[in-house]
Amino acid sequence: MDPLMAALILFVLALIIGFEVVTKVPPILHTPLVVASHAMAAIMVVSAIEAAGTGNTLSARILGFSALLLGTVNVVGGYLIADRMLSMFKGNKKKK
Amino acid sequence: MDIVNIIRNVANKYQAVFYLITVLFFIFGLRLLTSPRTARRGNVVSAVGMLIAITITLMYHGILTYKLIIIGLAIGSIIGAISAYALDLRAIPQYVAILNGFGGAVSALVGVSAFIQKELPRNVTSLHFYSAISVGTFIGTLTFWGSMMAFAKLQGLITERPVVIPGKNIINLLLLSISAVSGILLVNDPYNIYYLIGILVSASLLAISLTIAVGGADMPVIIALFISYAGLSASAVGFIYLTHGLIMVGSLVGASGLILTRIMAKAMNRDFYGILLGNITPPEMSKLQGGEDIYAGRIKSTTPEEAVMILEASKRVAIVPGYGLAVAQAQGPVRDLMAELEKDGIEVYFAIHPVAGRMPGHMSVLLAEVDVPYDKLKTLEESNELLPDTDVAVVVGANDVVNPTARYAKDSPLYGMPILDVDKCRSVIVIKRSLSPGFSGVPNPLFANDNTVMIFSDAKPALTELVKEYRELRT
Repeated sequence: MDPLMAALILFVLALIIGFEVVTKVPPILHTPLVVASHAMAAIMVVSAIEAAGTGNTLSARILGFSALLLGTVNVVGGYLIADRMLSMFKGNKKKK
Repeated sequence: MDIVNIIRNVANKYQAVFYLITVLFFIFGLRLLTSPRTARRGNVVSAVGMLIAITITLMYHGILTYKLIIIGLAIGSIIGAISAYALDLRAIPQYVAILNGFGGAVSALVGVSAFIQKELPRNVTSLHFYSAISVGTFIGTLTFWGSMMAFAKLQGLITERPVVIPGKNIINLLLLSISAVSGILLVNDPYNIYYLIGILVSASLLAISLTIAVGGADMPVIIALFISYAGLSASAVGFIYLTHGLIMVGSLVGASGLILTRIMAKAMNRDFYGILLGNITPPEMSKLQGGEDIYAGRIKSTTPEEAVMILEASKRVAIVPGYGLAVAQAQGPVRDLMAELEKDGIEVYFAIHPVAGRMPGHMSVLLAEVDVPYDKLKTLEESNELLPDTDVAVVVGANDVVNPTARYAKDSPLYGMPILDVDKCRSVIVIKRSLSPGFSGVPNPLFANDNTVMIFSDAKPALTELVKEYRELRT
């Protein structure tokens, strides 16, 4: 199969899975969902790592490095803040 | 050394398989995010997936030097970690705007870097490679500047009011065409950097022109829409090098953005497709309306001392928080009020409209922060089932979302917007500084109802006083 066609098919299939799963996230968790989504989207750092590490010109490497730096902030910051928020959601078990 | 080499070889040979595992971890993580009980675990699962992808990439054969990579990862992690713990949760929308801006920047930077390197993967044609670069840098730049504008608006650095540029639709269309033409020219002549600059400049201007027209009340919509942009950016980067993992994650995230945008559009009575096309704040919403004479002589002002009498006689109380509650830092007192009422066996719940706060789900986080259990947080639909059987609704810092004109006044800009039906409760206590209208500019007849009393005060002192009076009443 044409590799581009295969990629487009994956794109659409993942979109459908995304719709299925995310629709079930309750409104009270929408803010953590937003933050976690941004952390996940920052998987672009893998391309940034390759750009920073394999660049054959200095400018390409610097661009890759900047991308990696910003992407890492998103990954670490996104996951940690989502964790911080989710740790606050407590049930009603320990009612005094 | 041999073992290291074997591991590296496996990592390289099966990179796509490991990325697929990452995607599966993300999907599983999102699934766990569907319940507050498992959500924290879900986030960890998702983070582990990310760790797998990053580790596998670090073993990539082609990497010549690790110096820049390690510095980038280290500094980025430190900034990310410090910011995550230092953040005031009321500023989450600003933080999200920044995350989103960074995401866009990553996409644009990787695109420009790929353009400079011109190293086409084996199975990728030149047409495909440079089209993906054009699209990636376009979306990335648009997202970056749009997010920076949103941040400036949320932070109050520039006016929150929508700024209407004359002929903005024509300007936007023109800028979009410039981007498209530059992209086509770039694909034909990949050695001319001016075409790339053409995309960067027109996308930046388009982002500014689009976001400056958005009013402060519409920030939840923008934040939601941004997520789909972040997803699209990730997919676009995936298309440059045909990294299937990135393409899939991008569309997962894109789907989450589209769903949230649709929810927000519905909750705010906006046209979902209009939002996607850039008409986020409709013109009729940007002007104020008069007609405050509906209040004349019908407003009953009261004091916390009298209000506690109403609360004491009730069995079920709904607290309706709006963003005004968070602005006043009154989450603590509102939790105390809940605790006091519950001591007397009064059932208390929080009726949360989807747009209570400045982004989807914001109010839930702010209440969870002060230890309100999540089963007390009711959605719009759940609340509207409970409200007719509720004795007292305490409305704090909310206005448009409890405006009953949305149900019947066909000429009102609010008409058709789903609201919390607090007017169906036996009595309503509204804590508000003045009778000034909400973001929509529409007066609220709820305040003039026979069963409504108003406490004209800041949320924090009023609630603190209510709690104090209630305690005294009981002893």
